[in-house]
Amino acid sequence: MNIHEYQAKEILRQHGIPVPPGEIARTPEEAERLAREYGGMTVVKAQVHAGGRGKAGGVKLAADPAAARDAAANILGMEIKGLTVDRVLVTPAVEIRSEAYVGIVLDRASQRPVFMVSAEGGVDIEEVAVTNPDAITRFAVDPRYGLLPHQSMGLAFALYDDIELARQASRIISALYDAYVAAGATLAEVNPMIVDDTGVVLAIDAKMNIDDNALFRMPEIEAMRDTEAEDPAEKKAREAGLSYIQLDGDVGCCVNGAGLAMATMDLVKYYGGSPANFLDIGGSSNPDKVVAALEIITADSNVKAILFNIFGGITRCDDVANGIVEATKRIDIALPITIRLTGTNEREAIEILQANGFTAMTDMDEVVKRGVALAAGAAGGGA
Amino acid sequence: MSILIDSSTRLLVQGITGRDGSFHTRQMMEYGTDVVAGVTPGKGGQTFEGSVPIFDTVAQAADRTGANASVIYVPARFAADAIFEAADAGIALIVCITEGVPVGDMTRVLPFVAERGVRLLGPNCPGAITPGVCKVGILPGQIVAPGNIGVVSRSGTLTYEVVYQLTRAGLGQSTCVGIGGDPLIGTDFVDCLRAFEADDDTVAVALMGEIGGTDEQVAAEFVRDHMTKPVVGYIAGRTAPPGRRMGHAGAIISGSEGTAGEKMKAFEECGIGVAERPADFVELIQERI
Repeated sequence: MNIHEYQAKEILRQHGIPVPPGEIARTPEEAERLAREYGGMTVVKAQVHAGGRGKAGGVKLAADPAAARDAAANILGMEIKGLTVDRVLVTPAVEIRSEAYVGIVLDRASQRPVFMVSAEGGVDIEEVAVTNPDAITRFAVDPRYGLLPHQSMGLAFALYDDIELARQASRIISALYDAYVAAGATLAEVNPMIVDDTGVVLAIDAKMNIDDNALFRMPEIEAMRDTEAEDPAEKKAREAGLSYIQLDGDVGCCVNGAGLAMATMDLVKYYGGSPANFLDIGGSSNPDKVVAALEIITADSNVKAILFNIFGGITRCDDVANGIVEATKRIDIALPITIRLTGTNEREAIEILQANGFTAMTDMDEVVKRGVALAAGAAGGGA
Repeated sequence: MSILIDSSTRLLVQGITGRDGSFHTRQMMEYGTDVVAGVTPGKGGQTFEGSVPIFDTVAQAADRTGANASVIYVPARFAADAIFEAADAGIALIVCITEGVPVGDMTRVLPFVAERGVRLLGPNCPGAITPGVCKVGILPGQIVAPGNIGVVSRSGTLTYEVVYQLTRAGLGQSTCVGIGGDPLIGTDFVDCLRAFEADDDTVAVALMGEIGGTDEQVAAEFVRDHMTKPVVGYIAGRTAPPGRRMGHAGAIISGSEGTAGEKMKAFEECGIGVAERPADFVELIQERI
């Protein structure tokens, strides 16, 4: 789960990391009021789940409250990478002497959380990793012992020669590790971490990604979920216990199992079609899930045909067939549907479907070819 | 022969009285797996299906029954401790079926099991099956057949699809292993490939990977450097958009890393036959054995 910059900063504050004050405004007037409260220069920053906000014009410096209002008016409603900005963070501007990057990310290869720090801050760290890899210092933490004091100090010395700055940075790095663990994060980044004109080290931008599987432990972080930023169809899918990702094709796919769902999408492409979505209905044959799946797929106006690809291992094909029949009784579907069911009780499943006016096949390649043809209009009519 | 599990596997089931645990335990017993014990804290002294003794702890179960493998069906919030408990009790093979285990938990579990020389399969995996002999997990017994193709995969139903096609074409399997779709897992592709290379009953390997991480690339290099047996591979997720998690927690292209294209390229460069579709496995394997 992604959280916004202002939410990540709140978590960092709770762990004692120095972060400038800041509050959220949803209207230009709120932004103006906040800027007046802070006094002096402020920064107005778009809060969306997308990188490159600055480049997109979503971060503006404001000299006075009126300028903050104008900046907010400009940014609110703006689209950044397809996401509409509905809130901005207003925060006092800080005089920056130098910028550094501090991040911790779960590294799959070493199976550990790995710190990356660089004196080249405020830029895209992935770019630095490519153009100037030597500018990044890495350290894999042993999660059984946590980040030891000399280890955080070592990382801090990679950023600052000055002992006073290094001590401050070390405290931030150490607290960032604690925040990462406590929040169940897979990524926690301070970019940039800056030294201001008074020699204080501060976190002025922050990003965190949270492990969805760890959210059950932290209702306070689950409560940070921005459901408005979520795609409505994906939100509905999540609430129905389905895994759904919308793509831009026209062949709607309804599959059990994530690997098979990806393979089905790929096969649609292989046969010259274009998949409309990834959808894993999981191991359940609950008709409610099939109904939800069909509602989500048919709500996508690009979809011209729907294909089911079900491999019944533990899932019984007859249960899924009943789900499809039940679902199509509950909701009216004008699109052609083609169905493949193989595995446990496939014969019973096909009988159920036939008795209800559907045809079903047992071969994955065949159903995908037919789905592609139906979407292209070549086969015409309902299956 | 086979890998991981065989007729000497004495299995205990952690979470045997739960909905999934009891259902799959019955399936495993029907398949012929030697289920020697179950563990559910508070239900020690009872029996499952009138024949399998239930214990309060894994240590008791292992001590009284000589169990040498464990399969875990407990809810995600208890899964890490279930693995720790089985490893502490000296169980040699732990198969964690549970989906949704926090990845932070796994960063502590993995060094713990490694230090004890314990083999962990999963989490979030379908388990393993040695056709006609033993099944541990949830792989459907009716789609496999004894034979000499090793199967290893990050997926569940996609594995069933490929195995089903192999079986129909007369290509039976030595062992089918699902290593799981999470970003941090115990047994990986290389562990399975090494075991298949050493297994007398395996003549070729079918490998199913997917987007995310670099395990497939590492596996490809292992095949190039250490394997004499032919390997055919497939990667799911060629049409997956970057930055989106495709169902499996580990199936995500991060930045430019973990694409299907780079994995397939690694396969090709390392002499692995590349299946464009699941249906291509049969022909590619037949050509190579």
